[in-house]
Amino acid sequence: MLSQAQILQWLQAYATEIEQNKTYLTELDAAIGDADHGINMDRGFKKVSILLPTLTDKDISNILKAVSMTLISSIGGASGPLYGTWFLRASTAVVDKQELTEQDVLGLLQAGLDGVLQRGKAQLGDKTMVDVLSPAVTAFGQAVGESKGTLEAMQQAVAIAQKGLQETIPMQAKKGRASYLGERSIGHQDPGGTSAYLMLKSLLEVLENSQTTDH
Amino acid sequence: MKKLINKPEDFVRESLEGMAAAHSDLIKVNYDPAFVYRANAPIPGKVAIISGGGSGHEPMHAGFVGKGMLDAACPGEVFTSPTPDQMLEAAKLVDGGSGILYIVKNYSGDVMNFEMATELARSEGIRSLNILIDDDVAVKDSLYTQGRRGVGTTILAEKICGAAAEAGYDLPQIANLCRRVNLNGRSMGIALTSCTVPANGTPTFELSDREIELGIGIHGEPGIERTAIKAVDEITEILTRSLLEDAAYSRTLREWDEDKGEWVDVELTNLPFTKGDRLLAFVNSMGGTPVSELYIVYRKLAQICEQQGLQIVRNLIGPYITSLEMQGCSITLLKLDDETIRLWDAPVKTPSWRWD
Repeated sequence: MLSQAQILQWLQAYATEIEQNKTYLTELDAAIGDADHGINMDRGFKKVSILLPTLTDKDISNILKAVSMTLISSIGGASGPLYGTWFLRASTAVVDKQELTEQDVLGLLQAGLDGVLQRGKAQLGDKTMVDVLSPAVTAFGQAVGESKGTLEAMQQAVAIAQKGLQETIPMQAKKGRASYLGERSIGHQDPGGTSAYLMLKSLLEVLENSQTTDH
Repeated sequence: MKKLINKPEDFVRESLEGMAAAHSDLIKVNYDPAFVYRANAPIPGKVAIISGGGSGHEPMHAGFVGKGMLDAACPGEVFTSPTPDQMLEAAKLVDGGSGILYIVKNYSGDVMNFEMATELARSEGIRSLNILIDDDVAVKDSLYTQGRRGVGTTILAEKICGAAAEAGYDLPQIANLCRRVNLNGRSMGIALTSCTVPANGTPTFELSDREIELGIGIHGEPGIERTAIKAVDEITEILTRSLLEDAAYSRTLREWDEDKGEWVDVELTNLPFTKGDRLLAFVNSMGGTPVSELYIVYRKLAQICEQQGLQIVRNLIGPYITSLEMQGCSITLLKLDDETIRLWDAPVKTPSWRWD
């Protein structure tokens, strides 16, 4: 189960994670892109941080939709429409919900991924956030199929996401600015994949912390 | 980093404030969301042309807002695409009832944000079309990249389509014209130094004193190779040959189909230049290279074109599509015909580009 309060905690945790990794993300982007991924994501999620306290009485779908609009109108670049679309599609998968079952979380993750695939037209192996998100959704779905709870399914998803992120290092980029580097893009971790990994990791941390608190 | 800025985060806004103060007769600026628009917008019955992209490429695009060119320009953060809300608000303000043409450079961020913007504009009842510019021959293999980047041809398309809008062309006619200009244009650039994005404070890439980067895009991203520095004649020869020897190029671009009401993939092919073609030759500074050096480039470029039986009938030389203070240049060759020559020659009055 994932509550409305946990969704808000997750978004705040992710915003903090982006702030702390702003320089790291920008450095990764400097190697193969145009050195602004951390700066752009931080600009968007700083706005999300300010927004979150105004959303405490909203349902999960409306929270995600408001976050989406904030990201779309403040990040720019490729990350703005991609993360904006992820949150917008995720919101449409959980309409009217105050609490999410494992199936709901799976639906949310799948809808977000489908949106990103449509918007960015990237495929697995193109050295993008898809290489992190796609295997993570599959792993989450498998765990749910094996009747695992949200926490355990998320642990498996994040482990696979981390592996997917590592696997972007030897890939040659086929989308975004990095694609212009051709073979020179090989050997660098994908910045968009890194921010996508942090998104899943911060959700897992909220789940783990909640469990500790429960005991 | 040494720059004439106050705070990096105020760079774009303060630059726009200065521009508005300097050219209040021609343009106005909306700050939230940010866009520059013609002082007399909207112009009833005229198709409105909007472009936009990351800041740091001045005078493109805001410097080209005015009579005979753009109706609005949406500046993003430095080297970062603007956002759909900027484009939507600009469209609402400048639409004269005949629709909007967005001229979009083929960068993934620009493409995605403008696609979202056109979807939003249409949902508000504003007729709008997107034409992508992808003229950079340095990007060779479209299978393994997102295709060629939009560079120098962009502003040539803005000038020609701006004149067409002024002359009363309707939206489909201007979209067709813009697509044709794109297919007739080819560009390639070279960098001698990196630029420094204000928010980062360090050079975007490292180039030693003895190295140049061939085939760069307008953010310094590479296209072909890093090589030892050469004499300017040799560099000009490499750039020009790459434009003249570029084979027919086919690709699929996404455009909005007004009849079907959806995005469709359009197959486009541009053909190589051939003997007898009439050309516009555009030698552009990346920002840090003086015009004197551009003339040395033009000198060699004109010689090569003459040898090849290509006729340069118009030219443009100077810093028009830049990358902050990067040293280097790009060459764009655009094949012209009677109609595009007439539109090129038509009057234009903008902050950075004007003739009668």
